[in-house]
Amino acid sequence: MSDPAIVVEGLAKTFTLHLQGGVRLPVLRDLSLAVFPGECLALVGPSGAGKSTLLRALYGTYLPHGGRILVRHHGELIDIASADPRRILAIRRDTVGYVSQFLRVIPRVPARAIVAEPLVHRGESEQAALRAADAMLARLNLPERLWHLPPATFSGGEQQRVNLARGFIAPYPIMLIDEPTASLDAVNADIALSFIEEARVRGAAIVGIFHDPAVRRRVATREFALAPLAEAA
Amino acid sequence: MTDAPLLSVHDLSVRFGALAAVDGVSFDLWPGEVLAIVGESGSGKTTLLRAIHGFLRPTAGSIRYRSDRFGEVELTVLDEPRRRLLARTEWGFVHQNPRDGLRLSHSAGANVGERLMAAGARHWGNIRAQALVWLDRVEIDQARIDDLPRTFSGGMQQRLQIARVLVINPRLVLMDEPTGGLDVSVQARLLDLIRRLVAELGLSVIVVTHDLGVARLLAQRILVMQRGRVVEAGLTDQVLDDPQHPYSQLLVSSVLAA
Repeated sequence: MSDPAIVVEGLAKTFTLHLQGGVRLPVLRDLSLAVFPGECLALVGPSGAGKSTLLRALYGTYLPHGGRILVRHHGELIDIASADPRRILAIRRDTVGYVSQFLRVIPRVPARAIVAEPLVHRGESEQAALRAADAMLARLNLPERLWHLPPATFSGGEQQRVNLARGFIAPYPIMLIDEPTASLDAVNADIALSFIEEARVRGAAIVGIFHDPAVRRRVATREFALAPLAEAA
Repeated sequence: MTDAPLLSVHDLSVRFGALAAVDGVSFDLWPGEVLAIVGESGSGKTTLLRAIHGFLRPTAGSIRYRSDRFGEVELTVLDEPRRRLLARTEWGFVHQNPRDGLRLSHSAGANVGERLMAAGARHWGNIRAQALVWLDRVEIDQARIDDLPRTFSGGMQQRLQIARVLVINPRLVLMDEPTGGLDVSVQARLLDLIRRLVAELGLSVIVVTHDLGVARLLAQRILVMQRGRVVEAGLTDQVLDDPQHPYSQLLVSSVLAA
């Protein structure tokens, strides 16, 4: 087997709520896993088990309180948990993509520019990036008259298609995916799942949350179970 | 990514009598980076910005800046003529109130052109042509070039100030609540404009704001200030989505979701 793309060792995450008298909510404790290129790991477990927390920790949004999160970035294993912000930004540009549940709308920026942005950040010309964006939006059946409009007024399903187009436009070696099909109809959900399959076949290491068992059976190659800590103890 | 910061602030303090308005602040700003400084009124964020620009003299600490023309300089001991030259040619300061950054009795074109002349431009035709280009870039009708800014709306005045600041292609831009006094609809347009220009010109920016939405939209990194000190620093989404310090948690939880 090839070298792992993600190695998590002894990860711990506790939220301390200072405004609620310093209540401590342990969510992850001593969690270890490895993900290899060409794998799609589905995180499973009841709500509150820490699936989203783990995904956000892998992206550097949540700060762990123990353990390491190693990701392979340009051939080198880097610890996200202790990397400085500039390094994390470089990792997000080149290595780790994140497909969230909802699009974060930016006022006045048209759909195709939102989709093209990850390629522009990687140094592609704006023209080439916009062409690639148009191709993604066409594949997701977003009507062409919407491409030049800011998505603030789009329906939930249309916004999510913009979000997916943006998330999958760059060939990240690692992809983190949170409920990609939640607000899509069957036809577009099917296209979203083929994006995931294509990414895996080209060798991406994928970690995702897929609540629908049928979706999970189709895209996941392995499952990783999480349980709420109180019950696990 | 470049391997040296453009600006390094180390252990900087500004005291007003017994009050430490800025108290031992340290951070680096890297080329092409947008850093937001957030905190409520009185947290010292504007004082910090004004001290970096030289409007105020720090009480202690150092501010190292990598200049195009002088190499690395220590701003806290830099002589006044050289500091003014840097302010004219390499820096920009965007005031919250556009009236503090504009000459209201000069035309829009003169406001933009004056800054070019201060940076060394001499050819009148070129200066006017550049002013026209910049009015267009900040979405002001070029036909308004000879009008006085006092006939402009607040949002237009702020866009004109931004044209005046950016026309010399500065390396370092300091912004003090740039969307502060504006209506929400006007804010969105201005933010989009700032976002686009910062990316196109590859500017290094420090933006002071109490609006966490502005910070999320513009900045890669955030410093949270309280009572003159930096209580938390990190990636924008990390600080806003997983704040660690009690004061950061208070700021984030106080925002009304639309």
